[in-house]
Amino acid sequence: MSATVDTAIDGGALIPAAGGADPRPLAAPTTSVNPIQRDHATTIFEKSVEGRRAFVAPPSGVPEVDLDDAIPAGLRRGTPARLPQVTEGELVRHYVRISRRNFDLDTGFYPLGSCTMKHNPRLHERVTALPGHARLHPFQAPERAQGALELMWGMERQLSEVSGLPHVCLQPSAGSHGELAGVLLARAYHESRGETRTKVLTPDTAHGTNPATVTMAGLEVVKVATNADGGVDLDDLRAKADDDTALLMLTNPNTLGIFDPNIEEITAIVHGVGGVLYYDGANLNAIMGITRPGDMGFDIVHFNLHKSFTQPHGGGGPGSGPIAVSDRIAPFLPLPVIRRLNGGSATDTGDPTRNRPPVRFALVEDADALPDGAPGSRSIGKLRGFQGNYGCFVRSYSYITSLGASGLRDASEIAVLNANYLLAKLHELGVSEHLPLAFGTRCMHEFVLSGGPMKRDLGLKTLDLAKRLLDHGFHPPTVYFPLLVDEALLVEPVETETKETLDAFALVIAEILREGAEDPTIAQNAPYTTPVRRLDEAGAAKRPVIRQPLD
Amino acid sequence: MTRYTTATDADREAMLAAVGVGSIRDLLAEQIPAALLRDEPLDLPEGLSEQEAYVHLRDLASANVSAEDEVTFLGAGMYDHYVPALVDMLLGRSEFLTPYTPYQPEVSQGGLQVMFEYQTAISELTALPVSNASVYEGPSAVGAAAYLAKLHNGRERIVVSAGLHPHTLQTLRTLAVGYGSEIVEVPLRDGATDPDAWAAAIDERTSAVIVQQPNFLGAVEDVAPLAAAAKERAGDKVVVVGAYDPIPLGIIAPPGDVGVDVAVGEGQTLGNRLDFGGPSFGFFAARDAFIRRMPGRIAGETRDVDGRRGWVLTLQTREQHIRREKATSNICTSQALNALAGVAYLGWLGRDGLPELAELLVQRTQYALRTLTAIDGVELLHDRPVVREFALRLPGVDVPALVEYVQDRGTNPGLPLVRTHPDEHADGLLVAITEQRTKEQIDRLAELVAEGLQAQRTTTGGDDADRKAGA
Amino acid sequence: MAEASYPEDLQYHSAHDWARIDGDTAVFGITWYAQNALGEVVFFDPPEVGSTVTKDESYAELESVKAVSDVIAPLSGEVLEVNAALTDDGDGPEAVNDDPYGDGWLVKVRLSDPSEVDALLDRDAYVASLED
Repeated sequence: MSATVDTAIDGGALIPAAGGADPRPLAAPTTSVNPIQRDHATTIFEKSVEGRRAFVAPPSGVPEVDLDDAIPAGLRRGTPARLPQVTEGELVRHYVRISRRNFDLDTGFYPLGSCTMKHNPRLHERVTALPGHARLHPFQAPERAQGALELMWGMERQLSEVSGLPHVCLQPSAGSHGELAGVLLARAYHESRGETRTKVLTPDTAHGTNPATVTMAGLEVVKVATNADGGVDLDDLRAKADDDTALLMLTNPNTLGIFDPNIEEITAIVHGVGGVLYYDGANLNAIMGITRPGDMGFDIVHFNLHKSFTQPHGGGGPGSGPIAVSDRIAPFLPLPVIRRLNGGSATDTGDPTRNRPPVRFALVEDADALPDGAPGSRSIGKLRGFQGNYGCFVRSYSYITSLGASGLRDASEIAVLNANYLLAKLHELGVSEHLPLAFGTRCMHEFVLSGGPMKRDLGLKTLDLAKRLLDHGFHPPTVYFPLLVDEALLVEPVETETKETLDAFALVIAEILREGAEDPTIAQNAPYTTPVRRLDEAGAAKRPVIRQPLD
Repeated sequence: MTRYTTATDADREAMLAAVGVGSIRDLLAEQIPAALLRDEPLDLPEGLSEQEAYVHLRDLASANVSAEDEVTFLGAGMYDHYVPALVDMLLGRSEFLTPYTPYQPEVSQGGLQVMFEYQTAISELTALPVSNASVYEGPSAVGAAAYLAKLHNGRERIVVSAGLHPHTLQTLRTLAVGYGSEIVEVPLRDGATDPDAWAAAIDERTSAVIVQQPNFLGAVEDVAPLAAAAKERAGDKVVVVGAYDPIPLGIIAPPGDVGVDVAVGEGQTLGNRLDFGGPSFGFFAARDAFIRRMPGRIAGETRDVDGRRGWVLTLQTREQHIRREKATSNICTSQALNALAGVAYLGWLGRDGLPELAELLVQRTQYALRTLTAIDGVELLHDRPVVREFALRLPGVDVPALVEYVQDRGTNPGLPLVRTHPDEHADGLLVAITEQRTKEQIDRLAELVAEGLQAQRTTTGGDDADRKAGA
Repeated sequence: MAEASYPEDLQYHSAHDWARIDGDTAVFGITWYAQNALGEVVFFDPPEVGSTVTKDESYAELESVKAVSDVIAPLSGEVLEVNAALTDDGDGPEAVNDDPYGDGWLVKVRLSDPSEVDALLDRDAYVASLED
């Protein structure tokens, strides 16, 4: 086997890629890089020259009025916003050049734990850009947006089936937004029963968004401990669950990559005290078609379309965070609600001469227009404008439709296989001596290594390992999360990566540890080959410069 | 094996052997309780090849009537502005499309620099010194601003103008349950926020006051006295929030100049598609005093160990992953790619282009407004100054039927206000003009409206005339 | 300050705070151990002058790049003065790391219950607690 992995940094090609059974020795630290990457960074504002422009306005073509008559001078802007004055050519060159200072998923392995960096199929970009989707106005009459409503309705059915919960709302803009929806829904559910419950149980392994969301929803976080196996500590849960428990928020598999073996008991305990069960879907990529949150006993699930369902991450958004809920939560769902009319047969046949397709779906904005008890009939309201991030729905619908039932299961199965294989490979290479698995022996789709022994024995922090990985053309795993693991390294290899890539990654980790044993300063001062080296984050935080000064 | 998973049969065998299990099912069964491990497939259709999936998604697209298929005067929060070709090109680049949030700044300088430039552009646009790297979208950005105010002053009353977009108002009402806040709505008078009712609604319990510019009915509000009244009635601690439409800021006084503390808004018009409502981005800018209370990501300038200029995510202690239940917000996803479209678009317009575009919109809007109100039976809902959107009243007219009539003939005349304000403005129509709407299209719209009105009069006959006479 | 040090003339609280007592007033700060654990301090969020601080409860926050730390009051009282040099308007918070017992002081407080001092640790007791 002699497959190689491309180096990540475009044009960098500094340190030979590791590959196969014979990793090539590391080059000495060097700073010779492609001149584009080491360009002195100037912003587009600094390239501005009076008189240059990219935009030329079309002539108004109408009889013009005096501006003062249209808008009184007192309401108008005095001086223009100092936007850049540049040509289109300069804009293109500027942004293309700085784009090359990014590492991206299309260039290299990106095993960022809890982020599910799977391949983004290009079909999705093509279909999303079709004008029928991309140029559809959100206030278009629903009778003339039937394709969009059909797509959304179809996607609701898909997500319902994947989660094992009957009702879906696509509206939330991201996972954190879906969480907020979920907590507000649980709150509304309890209040409808005349109960004011204030406590939200969250494991200490939870994402930071969980407690932040709880506070925004006006409830109070109660932390539940983790047991020695990395699951929820049942005794602690029993002690803390009571009739003041509004809900439990859980990720399963959790952020340690561990499927909680006591999940049925956990949901029974919370149901027993009348609480609602919320499933954080960040790790759904481990279980699609294998097991379902609804079957585990959860009431509310949020999905991250940008994790499990291939919406590209875009350098930090957009995302999308639909939710699925049980029957008891459904009446409180956000509006609008999509309803299929007459079991899907058209209420009218449309009229091609009138630019109107048959009408089979309705968009209901008004809770009073819904039968009592129906989804949305006692809605908590809206969480944002319009129907949600439709462009993300198109991509994820395209993905789920492409994969189908067996494809989704295959994706999750290979994600789990890849994670366990990488773990085994690291073990085989002796990595676990310095970077042991934090809990257990197996994992689902991701796993957490502890860098504690590495730090103690070699003087290398997890951060040093991460920075040295950059020199090898790999994006590092998530570091220092979850918080309860010392020097944590959270690795999620995903199903779209090849065995060759996993082998190469494992060899590089082993090589960095070997190098560190000889000379820890190499990793401690890494990276060397990136567009910039370690940056002064403390300096940035002490005296924040968060915009280009212009004078 | 699907087209996106990688493991061949040989791979599986080798990998399972390395793991030390007989099958993937065994690997799962070791971890998942038997009662929960499914053997039956999901009840979903089998997958499609790429070309079949394309055809299906294309067919769905064809079942929509988009701005490509008709001449649209729809606005009401999202607008059919022209998106320059360079935006499509940049957003399609792998280097921008496929990375995650820039957690490793050494290999994320492109994305971080874009954030920094975006923050600069928003700061310039709003005349406020502090901008974050974007939030989800417009209405939820207003909700985030109200949360900032609550954290800032601990007060629990939010005074809002009825000129807010109805989705913004609905979003605020939803979130206020969580914040434990009360919403007090101030009505419009002659199309703009009633200044007396506004002042009367504000007192020392007021946490935030929120006005939209231009408001939902297109009217340019006189924000300065509204902001001043808020400070006078509620003291310095009150947070004055403005929900701004960015394109009109080419010509309208920026929030920083009229006493607004936090300016937010919907960024769709800055280089983003309509996309049936998203994804787009929300912008969020504020005075210096709020720098450590901002939600979301912020990029900051710094140096590397060799002294090279670079950027990092900064002031992260505000955020949920560190401060957890005490965070300034639960937001972790910003809208980086949409914000890139925004900054590229603003760079494309440039210093001169933004005011030129805004003036063009004012001129065409004035023309459309005059042309339409020249039609018998069409009048202005208000005569406030407008930039690119205005509201009409058609007394006694079945506006949705008129809209259908015009739409059947290839032009979408705008939003029948009965959809958003059934009680107050059942006879209203909200018409938006972008630079894509030409004089000829406006003339055609007027022609169709006149025709449609005539058709309605013919159908309803004297009944309609009676109603008009009675009004 | 690179080397650990714990001056004799201070009273210590087990949450790694010190008090320098002068009659019915005291100056508070954090110990060498605390600043070392926190790392480079980037922001000091002080209490308001005139506000009340309560023994064993948080009265301010110190931030490093990736952590926020509550600062615990070793004694109760009313804030008379905060160290403005550490804030954004002054030189910045470097002194908390560089000189934790001198220029890095945080607040000056008028004590409401001087008897609380008895519960504080002397230098040796505090240093011993660090070795546990």
